Amino acid sequence: MTLPVLKAADFASTQEVRWCPGCGDYSILAQMKKVLPDLGVPREKIVFISGIGCSSRFPYYMNTYGMHSIHGRAPTFATGLKSTRPDLMVWVITGDGDALSIGGNHFIHLLRRNLDVNIVLFNNRIYGLTKGQYSPTSVEGQVTKSTPMGAIDHPINPLSLALGAEATFVARSIDAYVTHLGETLKRAAEHKGTSLVEVYQNCNVFNDGAMAYAQEKGQRADNVIELEHGKPLIFGKDRDKGIRLIGTHLAVVSLKDTAIDDLLIHDERDPNPSLQMMLARMRHPEMPEPIGVLRAVAGVPTYDDQINHQVELAKTQRGIGDLQALVSAGETWVVP
Amino acid sequence: MQLLGTQLTNTSALAGNDVATFPDFPAEIRAPRGTRAGVSGFQVQFASEEIFTPGDQLDALVVMNPAALVTNIGDLRKGGILIANEDGFNEKEYKLAKVASDPLEAETIQESYRVFRVPMTRLTRDAVAELGLGNKEAERCKNFFAMGLVYWLFGRSLEPTQKFIRDKFAKKMPEVAKANEVALQAGWSYGETTEAFGLSYRVEAAHLEPGTYRNIMGNQAIAMGLIAASSLSGKELFYSTYPITPASDILHELTRYKNFGVRTFQAEDEIAACGAAIGAAFGGGMGVTASSGPGIALKAEAMGLGVMLELPLIVINVQRGGPSTGLPTKTEQSDLLQAMFARNGEAPMPILAPQSPGDCFHIAVEAWRIAVECMVPVMILSDGYIANGSEPWKIPDVSQYPRINVVHPEMPEGDAPFMPYERDENLARPWAIPGTPGLMHRVGGLEKEDRTGNISYDPANHQHMVNTRARKVAEIAERIPPQQVWGEPAGDILLISWGGTFGACHSAVLACRKAGLSVGHAHLRYLNPFPANLGEILHGFKTVVVAELNSGQLRMLLRAKYLVDCEGINKVQGKPFAVHELVDEIKVRAKALHADAVHQRSH
Ligand code: SF4
Repeated sequence: MTLPVLKAADFASTQEVRWCPGCGDYSILAQMKKVLPDLGVPREKIVFISGIGCSSRFPYYMNTYGMHSIHGRAPTFATGLKSTRPDLMVWVITGDGDALSIGGNHFIHLLRRNLDVNIVLFNNRIYGLTKGQYSPTSVEGQVTKSTPMGAIDHPINPLSLALGAEATFVARSIDAYVTHLGETLKRAAEHKGTSLVEVYQNCNVFNDGAMAYAQEKGQRADNVIELEHGKPLIFGKDRDKGIRLIGTHLAVVSLKDTAIDDLLIHDERDPNPSLQMMLARMRHPEMPEPIGVLRAVAGVPTYDDQINHQVELAKTQRGIGDLQALVSAGETWVVP
Repeated sequence: MQLLGTQLTNTSALAGNDVATFPDFPAEIRAPRGTRAGVSGFQVQFASEEIFTPGDQLDALVVMNPAALVTNIGDLRKGGILIANEDGFNEKEYKLAKVASDPLEAETIQESYRVFRVPMTRLTRDAVAELGLGNKEAERCKNFFAMGLVYWLFGRSLEPTQKFIRDKFAKKMPEVAKANEVALQAGWSYGETTEAFGLSYRVEAAHLEPGTYRNIMGNQAIAMGLIAASSLSGKELFYSTYPITPASDILHELTRYKNFGVRTFQAEDEIAACGAAIGAAFGGGMGVTASSGPGIALKAEAMGLGVMLELPLIVINVQRGGPSTGLPTKTEQSDLLQAMFARNGEAPMPILAPQSPGDCFHIAVEAWRIAVECMVPVMILSDGYIANGSEPWKIPDVSQYPRINVVHPEMPEGDAPFMPYERDENLARPWAIPGTPGLMHRVGGLEKEDRTGNISYDPANHQHMVNTRARKVAEIAERIPPQQVWGEPAGDILLISWGGTFGACHSAVLACRKAGLSVGHAHLRYLNPFPANLGEILHGFKTVVVAELNSGQLRMLLRAKYLVDCEGINKVQGKPFAVHELVDEIKVRAKALHADAVHQRSH
């Protein structure tokens, strides 16, 4: 049987998209629709589950199965679904507030269990749907509706958090960098285990330009570094800068006085997340921020595989359960 | 010993139990104590229904010395309780009983029974020390200590025996009377305060119909009921939960049955547990989550989503004393209003409550049937008393259970778009599951447009959907069995109860009816919706009394719904009702009615 060839348009639902004009969410939606046909998974086998927030309207716009759940809890629904239906491809769509604030607990546990689902975390560093309060990724000092004198919380770095939970796939991309975003989503989909893709997403209404240094074409090359497995860490408009490991620190070096061979070589497959963590912690403006796949460790058992394996094993070892025998077990007596 | 046996028998009878006894004593009035021939025993069986024998086997055996042990142990059922007065087990007694060493330590005994060594003599001596009795007299009270312990174990009231002691001894030997009373109380308190015994037992009021029986605990029965429901519906069970007393045993039990296709998920928290169960339901699985009151509070938002998504789900609340962390190991029925209302917006859920440990099995099956038929989350309200209590349970013939019919729609013919919120005769929407071509749809917590399921903020549509979700639950009343009334179908007093208080309430009504009162008993297993005929029943009685282990939650619901001026028998002490408490309360009402009648006649 040959599968029908699907196009991006086949993944569009009939619902009118209601994000603000110019919102970064549109780009992510477009890339998702573009990537899915390449994966060879029929639409009815794909499920998008979201929490609450602007990003979480996403499932309504996809012509697949979908659930717009409650705030922060998308990972929990995904866990129940994927554990019982490993045949489905499950995507969790979430935002910085949804995943890292109200849903922080579920986010960590989903990652450490390595359930075979894909998380796309739309990070706009603001609460958009509730009209402009600071979020757990807002930078210190950020003035918002709820922080008129500046935010005093230290922001969460989602990549560090994910690596701390020893997630098996951790990546970052940017809404405006569409080719990169498409490729990263594809890699995430292909990974077996939980994949996290953080996407820098511009909220042009409440936090416009917060990540312009990474999003704007003219600025990007100097402010982000594209990770590629097995390649030295080079960046800059003229590709004249690199990252070098000096002692236990990463440093930006000029290729004028440093040989390429002395640069750090990116190893996304290293099971030890230490170097990946060092990369994740590189923050603008001191350092270029990494995009691409920080970590992709294959061969780690997934939660869904294991929960189902135990059931199969129990069935083989003990035979398929007999209900009458179950209720009749133990000491019995007869009342005549 | 005989005296004590008689006391236990009388107390049990007073509590509304039927009893049968087998006094077994030496032929000689003064047979040498401590020898096998000298053993004096008293076997009593008590039950709330008719019984005709003193029982072939003992559930519990109390022995004061080795001789008593060796002569009676053969009658104790495997797994039964063996309580031994440790102080009666010493070299001198071994010799008298002609045993080589401590028979309590024998492997066959340790493995076959639940053995409790209690230093009864010493504890009794300590308890009565203040009264200044001689050593001998003090020691003699140890039988009352044993009695107190047995009374605690079987939830008997001390009162009748206390009265007996006073009547028998108080005049002639007031200090002996006092000492015996103190010893009785000390035995009871020992049971209550030591961890050793775990739970006290209850005497069930179930009809002992012919059949094969086993003992079953409530949490065990719920676990099996869920597996049965899973098997009857052809849906593998996904049980997701977070550890909490007293619900965790359901998880422990279910993890043993993976070969029935059971998947258990110990979630990171209560919310995740509920969310995962809903996720499984979305995929077409049998999602079940359980907790106790505090955890149920955390699940509330997710349950509301379940109501909105209109997916089948079971939420089990094994109630405990509240509020907040409350009394984790004690029983209470104070989460009924939480089950009814503690979700934001109007989010009605059907509520069922098992009446006994064994009934947990049937309620679990019934809950899943309703959940699937109506596409709705269903709440089961168990409680700590049922969950950890056990009773003889007639093993059901599972082939006689009707199958639970689950239908997942297939890809439609033609181009008509799929309507995920179209409804059938039960007002249930189709359970279309991912993987089905042509039925792709999105669900969510935002208000749904009728039929299409698209987001809708339309005022009239919202009104319609709120009404429909309410009607869907309300109409279940027409498909559940009508409420039964035991005893008088109409008359002076109706006792209403629900949940784990069944045994006590039933026994109380039985006792009152034996005393000639006009009393009926309606025990509710369906709390939302109420059975369709309930209003009619309430109106058939002069006085309606609602007995519950809370401050009047069911009473509030009944008054609101039926405008009947129900009275309450309420208790929140972390303890079940004692039968005599209920009997007294009913009698007070009967007296009041009688006085009214006399008063009216005289005018
Ligand atoms: S508020 Fe911001 S994030 Fe939300 S839709 Fe508008 S632009 Fe996008």
